[in-house]
Amino acid sequence: MEQHSDTFLENASAALKNSAQAERRDFIALFAPLIRTAAVEGFAEFDTLRAHVKRVRQHSLDHLEYYLGKFEHEAVHNGNHVHFARDGAEMNSIVLEICQQHSARRVAKGKSMVTEETGLNSFLQRAGLQVMETDLGEYIIQQAGETPSHIVAPALHKSAGEIRALFQSKHDLGARELPETVDLVSEARQVLREHFMKADVGIIGANALIAENGYSMLVTNEGNGDLCANLPRVLIVCTTIDRVLPLAQDATAMLRLLVRSATGQAQTCYTSFYSGPRRENDVDGPIETHFVLLDNKRSDILGGDYREMLECIRCGACLNHCPIYTSVGGHAYGWVYPGPMGSILTPLLTSLEQSNALPNACTSCGRCAEVCPADIPLPDLLRDLRHEETTKKLNAPRWRRGLKMHAWLARHPPLYQALTGMVIPVLNLFGRRRGSFKRLPLASGWTGQRDFPAPQKGTFMQLYKAKLKRQAAQEAKRNHEH
Amino acid sequence: MNEHAEQHVAPPRGIRVALFVTCLADLLRPSVAFASIKLLERAGCDVIVPLQQTCCGQPAYNNGNYEDTIPLAKQVIATLEGADYVVVPSGSCAGMITHHYPKLLEGQWRDRALQLAANTFELTVFLAEIVRIKAPGKAFPKLPAVTYHDGCAGLREMGIREQPRQLLRELCGIEVKELNHSDVCCGFGGTFCAKMPEISAKMVDDKLKNVMATGAGILAGGDLGCLLNIAGRARRHGEDIEVRHIAELLCQDLDTPAIGQGT
Ligand code: SF4
Repeated sequence: MEQHSDTFLENASAALKNSAQAERRDFIALFAPLIRTAAVEGFAEFDTLRAHVKRVRQHSLDHLEYYLGKFEHEAVHNGNHVHFARDGAEMNSIVLEICQQHSARRVAKGKSMVTEETGLNSFLQRAGLQVMETDLGEYIIQQAGETPSHIVAPALHKSAGEIRALFQSKHDLGARELPETVDLVSEARQVLREHFMKADVGIIGANALIAENGYSMLVTNEGNGDLCANLPRVLIVCTTIDRVLPLAQDATAMLRLLVRSATGQAQTCYTSFYSGPRRENDVDGPIETHFVLLDNKRSDILGGDYREMLECIRCGACLNHCPIYTSVGGHAYGWVYPGPMGSILTPLLTSLEQSNALPNACTSCGRCAEVCPADIPLPDLLRDLRHEETTKKLNAPRWRRGLKMHAWLARHPPLYQALTGMVIPVLNLFGRRRGSFKRLPLASGWTGQRDFPAPQKGTFMQLYKAKLKRQAAQEAKRNHEH
Repeated sequence: MNEHAEQHVAPPRGIRVALFVTCLADLLRPSVAFASIKLLERAGCDVIVPLQQTCCGQPAYNNGNYEDTIPLAKQVIATLEGADYVVVPSGSCAGMITHHYPKLLEGQWRDRALQLAANTFELTVFLAEIVRIKAPGKAFPKLPAVTYHDGCAGLREMGIREQPRQLLRELCGIEVKELNHSDVCCGFGGTFCAKMPEISAKMVDDKLKNVMATGAGILAGGDLGCLLNIAGRARRHGEDIEVRHIAELLCQDLDTPAIGQGT
């Protein structure tokens, strides 16, 4: 996917000015945490399970090579083909090759952020294939020519009215007006049904790969994943190497955290396990099945300081609880993954140079880490990325120098106190009547949006030392009198 | 200078508390530190204010400049250790000392950081849970309704929520009028508010909207950063709300103009 993370501030500014979308985001900011809290509070084991799944994930990553090997072995045993792709380009060409081997013309696709990462759709389309997204949200944004704004709900930024207008312009509706939301859903269902029946290849993602039996697990609410997997002749599961878990029970344990954190449900409507191609007596199912497992820098992340990020289960809770994400929306982040998890993944999967604003889009408020079912210390990882920016001099020089200067001054208390003791009384003199400044030299970042409250008549250190001196004088006087 | 401070404290009556003033209180609102001293003394503590203190290092640290934070952290540790307790009238600076210094340092310094962390408390936690301050017996003058802003670091790193409300109730007879979505950040975030001012403004506007919706006349809080941000935006928009640090309110000091208000 094309990247626009370097213009995060401009993207954000434009998003803030779109008042209709801002209103939708405000609603999500209120609503999403409510349903998650209700789901988690009604599930007493959440914290215990979170700790358990964390240990399992850490263990799987510690022994990733072993479990991937085990998964491959079992999956091949089940009749699947397993491919490893070093980067996005390799994944795309593996998928295209499979399609070409089967002379495929039509592809039905389930929701997959990994294929967004590799830009699979446009790659296949350029090769002449017709690719249809079948997840309702993905279908909507595909029709609109947009990208996902949320990792769980890709069309979250679109209102029913916008979707209606979109269908009116893209579908042959005749006299139908699609007045209700359900009309929109059944319209999409109608169009998609036809495509499922005609597709030669189905492509889906995976929430987990299970090493012990070589299965993949996928959760959806629409069942479109199963149709993609079962109706076309060929099934391709595209996912990343870090999804592997040792046991089936680990995958279901993770699921109990994932769904509650993502949509506030106890369970999604469909939880499916894919084992392999149709067997001799099966009435349906694909005749050939492939797993394409993408690395794309995950091995590097595994060996580095941000390894915990690989434990992310893509629930989207950190997005829903991030006041910056809900202020500016997913598109502002300029790539596939937005919000706190995206501000870490984007620099790691692309480059920090291209996305150096993202780790700064954080107030360290800690709400994301509090709700993250994978217990990832997101604000700490974001700060570590800022550390990397400082070390590599990727952040604005005036900030870098200013902060360095401040830290230096703070390490020289007499000088610090002498300097502040000069500045503060002057500011007080000019500011005390009004109580605040509308404008202040060197503080435009602050005063552009808010007044700067005027200081009191001296620094604490000045006033306190003066007080100590007075007390000493009084005491001396008293002693003298005695 | 440090010795100078120590010469003038009264002979030990109770526990020795070192006050970490915080740079924002030092520079912009000394009344917070004076109120803190008064409250601590009223609770029977001997308060010392080490004169070598400046800033806890959050600006550099939060921006990822760990290298320049480390010597500053050591300086703060050396300045504050030795007292029975360290009290900080800010959740985020207390969080910096207790949670982040140990992460930054190694070896002996890490041990010293952990030792200091174990004795460091945010003001309202210290007053409510460690020294259990008693009501002054003097009735508080009639006040407009009070609402409370929970700073994020205080709330999530230091577990501060009930303590300030309890103190307001017990010391001043004030029942806090809760604001909606009190667990959402006000958009301050240290240098964040100056680096991403538009996003920060949207966040503080959301906060202000919730503050004004309570109908309260006073917004109290335990972190000057947040309060300066909210008060500054309120001033810019002409919102009629008095923003005050909890220490001032607990001291019943209403003569000092509220944050951002003129004399
Ligand atoms: S980082 Fe945590 S909260 Fe965010 S998507 Fe991943 S698992 Fe969910």
